[in-house]
Amino acid sequence: MPTNKEQVAEEVTYLDAISQALAAEMERDESVFLMGEDVGQFGGAFKISKGFMERFGARRVVDTPIAENGFTGMAAGAAICGLRPVVEFQFADFISQAFDPIINVMARHHYRTGVPVPVTLRCPFGGRLRAGPTHSQSIESYFAHVPGLKIVAPATVEDAAGLLISSIRDNNPVLFLESKYLYRRLKVPAPLSLEPTPLGVAKVAREGTDVTLVSYSVGVQQGLEAAEVLAREGISVEVIDCRTLVPLDIDTIVKSVKKTSRAVVLHEAARRLGYGAEIASEIGEACFWFLDAPVTRIAALNTPIPTSPPLEDAVLPQTEEVIETLRKVARS
Amino acid sequence: MQTPDEARTRVASFEIFLTRFLDDDGRPLCRLPAAARRPQRLLHAYRLMARIRAFENKAVALQRTGQLGTYASGLGQEAVNAAIGLGLARDDVYLGNYRECGVPLARGVPMAQILQYWGGDERGMAWPRTVPAFHDFPFAVPVASQVPQALGVAYAMQLRHEKRATLVTCGDGASSKGDFAEAVSAAGVWKLPVVFVIINNQWAISLPRSRQCAAVTLAQKGLAGGIVGEQVDGNDLIATCHVIETALARARSGAGPQLVEALTYRLADHTTADDARRYRDAAEVDTARKHDPLARLHAWLEAQCGFTAQDETRLQAEVAAEVGVAVKTFLATPAPPPEALFDALYAELPPALHAQAFAAAGGGEA
Repeated sequence: MPTNKEQVAEEVTYLDAISQALAAEMERDESVFLMGEDVGQFGGAFKISKGFMERFGARRVVDTPIAENGFTGMAAGAAICGLRPVVEFQFADFISQAFDPIINVMARHHYRTGVPVPVTLRCPFGGRLRAGPTHSQSIESYFAHVPGLKIVAPATVEDAAGLLISSIRDNNPVLFLESKYLYRRLKVPAPLSLEPTPLGVAKVAREGTDVTLVSYSVGVQQGLEAAEVLAREGISVEVIDCRTLVPLDIDTIVKSVKKTSRAVVLHEAARRLGYGAEIASEIGEACFWFLDAPVTRIAALNTPIPTSPPLEDAVLPQTEEVIETLRKVARS
Repeated sequence: MQTPDEARTRVASFEIFLTRFLDDDGRPLCRLPAAARRPQRLLHAYRLMARIRAFENKAVALQRTGQLGTYASGLGQEAVNAAIGLGLARDDVYLGNYRECGVPLARGVPMAQILQYWGGDERGMAWPRTVPAFHDFPFAVPVASQVPQALGVAYAMQLRHEKRATLVTCGDGASSKGDFAEAVSAAGVWKLPVVFVIINNQWAISLPRSRQCAAVTLAQKGLAGGIVGEQVDGNDLIATCHVIETALARARSGAGPQLVEALTYRLADHTTADDARRYRDAAEVDTARKHDPLARLHAWLEAQCGFTAQDETRLQAEVAAEVGVAVKTFLATPAPPPEALFDALYAELPPALHAQAFAAAGGGEA
């Protein structure tokens, strides 16, 4: 008789994938433990750790006080002592309370001492859930600038598991950006493979010849939808899923752009100094003589994320805009 | 019927104790603990304090002559540094801020290595494998950032059922920070084996203790987190050793965390880039000098342990020789080459950075 829901479920969501991968790593390596607000009995704000307390005990599923700075610093100390903490930020937005331990401790400690800091910072991020200006933000650019961190942003159910496994096993501090929007919307048939997906390797999510769309996280799903629509118009879009923002697999991107001669970069973070600016700049330097059109960015407006549904839709990139922009660039 | 005031009931009340064993002239105020009656141990502590003071003075002199970067002297804090260094067991872990060079010195780190750090070479923070400080953390530079880290260290000890303790120091200024309050509060909840020591040197750069916090003591910040909080005269080596050792023993036994506020005084400027005369009365500093921790222990050693002027001269000569050798070693250590810039950036350098690392090493364009 099946003992838990996972074994009878016919589908695995993006959220299930994170939960299963985390449980598998905690099972495999007793130095891995989860900490954060309400992760214990409550199972986490999004129920990633539902049942973990019973399964792994309160010592390895640590309910922290509401003290992001304090518990992130604590994770640094524990990681430096050889444990592998996985920190759940209830919403990625709250990580601004913990800038100092991430930037000045986690990202510096190995540089200063040669002692690794194997910690995974799980950040439910992004908008489209009508959660408003302090529960919808994209935080990747704040941290992409900091030497010594890695940043991972899975776009698929399989990668949500595989990249989390690699992040936990990595000997560096890793920000793991989980798309709240994809949590329950994205699903694949069970069972899910729980093999590690290497960090720093991008993926061609869809092959194409006319224009390259570079994105990560929810943007990849938008890109795939747009590519499907444009295929019917005879426009062939190649979709690149960065998977890891730091380190960035620029070679895979450059190879694609040299083939298609056109590049569009898409993300949900605000446009100004969004991570797309970095990707666009790298493409510009590496592919200048191959380009038939300016590298174009699609991003959120430079405003906070409003709670109001029509306003949030106006701020964040919509699939229609992705289709139009790709069409325009492909035909330019 | 009771009045509204009468209807109130006292639900808690607290006391803060201050421990002091020797007066400013080194005379005992009570019967001293057994450990304090072992002359060899006190001579060892005094020697350590003399080494720390000589180091502090030399570091400032090196900075003044352009041979060292900005330096934050712990002059006047030698007793509490020595007490911590002596109280920690080999397997305990220490986390501290940049002003407490005395602790790593006590924990076996060579003087030359600490100078190397202050000279701008981060390799100075990788403590040698062979010394008790090996598991200790590098100097924390962002104020109070070390305090939450200590929770993680203590958590690891507790999870592994180890009979070890974590000790973390911070200054009075750091106790104003959220990091500090968050850590003390959580340590109480989890009964972690950690000792928080506030080295209250009365000044947070230019802000005096009275303008940092209206509380009568900083020790009571422990009470707010549900843990023991007490004060000790941090310039009284014997009292400070006693309080620190007791707190560490409690932590190792699983009895939980404790906060110690060690009262001392920053005799030096905040750093060599500061001039404290602009904001601090000379009279206050003169008064603080009367509480000098070395003079106090010296008086006790003379009176109780037969420590003579010749012993002092010999000790000073030995310490000066150690400092002299350290300075030579430090000055002869070459800066790390640009090729090493990326060596420790990640546990393993990602290929995406190979080109930049190659260029930095003089290998051509990134």
